Amino acid sequence: MIKILSPLPLALALLFNGSVWAADPEFTLVIKNHRFEPTEVRVPAQKKVKLIVHNQDATAEEFESHELNREKVIAPGAKATIYVGPLKPGRYPFVGEFNAKTAQGVLIAE
Amino acid sequence: MLSAAIIVFRETLEAALIIGIIAVATRNLRARNAWLLGGITAGLLGSVLVALSTSKIADWAQGMGQELFNASVLGVAAAMLAWHNIWMARHGRQLAMQAKQLGHEVSTGSREMSALALVVGLAILREGSETALFLYSMLTGGEETLSSVLGGGALGLILGCAAGLGLYAGVLRIPPRHFFGVTSGLILLLAAAMASQAARFLVQADVLPSLAAPLWNTAWLLDNSSVLGRTLHTLVGYEAAPSGTQVAFYAATLVSILIGMRLVRNRSLPISTP
Repeated sequence: MIKILSPLPLALALLFNGSVWAADPEFTLVIKNHRFEPTEVRVPAQKKVKLIVHNQDATAEEFESHELNREKVIAPGAKATIYVGPLKPGRYPFVGEFNAKTAQGVLIAE
Repeated sequence: MLSAAIIVFRETLEAALIIGIIAVATRNLRARNAWLLGGITAGLLGSVLVALSTSKIADWAQGMGQELFNASVLGVAAAMLAWHNIWMARHGRQLAMQAKQLGHEVSTGSREMSALALVVGLAILREGSETALFLYSMLTGGEETLSSVLGGGALGLILGCAAGLGLYAGVLRIPPRHFFGVTSGLILLLAAAMASQAARFLVQADVLPSLAAPLWNTAWLLDNSSVLGRTLHTLVGYEAAPSGTQVAFYAATLVSILIGMRLVRNRSLPISTP
């Protein structure tokens, strides 16, 4: 029994290693003074990407995008990870909902 | 002031619509108001706790705590609504017939009410914690005075509650013979909408694949950020650009509840309660 099952952990280890090697591309955004930096992010289309949003303000912010179908509250000083896509090529605006007048940006999938 | 009013209105609208539907669906159950009030109070207290724990929740599960928390809240609420509809399919008619037999109604009605009071509490918990965070960040941001934030918030709260009351009053006007069908239809769609939102959070956390994102895009027709878009988002789960996974969750919830209702209805016909 043990002999039969012994290749299993190895196979699992390879599988998980495999997914670590093929990590999703990462893009970092900063929120400062209720604005996004940069305001334009270019990401590859048809690929799942990992957005990291670092809120450097002293107040909470909500990353929101109806186009991307995403919303996430980000505590003051916190870094939030948001997975998006795979996206069709195009422009996907996003806002900081708590400061929607100033906190605006767009994700461009190409 | 205006931005406080707008955000509080948006968040209140969702919770108020959900409470409106639940209040109307339970209008014949005893002690309904006490249960609803209990759910509302617990939800308000819970939202303050959740707002205070934002960073802690966010740190769970390698930074995906918020998504998993929201998905669980929505999942539990959807399950309670599903149970309500299936329970009502079985007992609704008996309940109406035995409405005057006090003892029977009390025992069946209270379990039922506790499940729906939980849904009310969870709806407020989700919307309320975001509102609390927003108002707090507005106040500490220093650009607005306390009175303008509170004034705007109160205005938004009143408008949101008015929408919920309007829905409640509107459904109450439906003739009695259609009433049961309409309320269980509304609860069915509400449960499917919550399941679809839960799926969205699981996709956002990368727990589930998106299976085509978006599957379609009808933002040109009705935007999710408009008042009508938000209302339909809450009531029937309208999503301008849903992922395939969301649509699958929506359809699976809808179909399973309908099958559950059909099964117990057929089985309950010959059974008489002891």
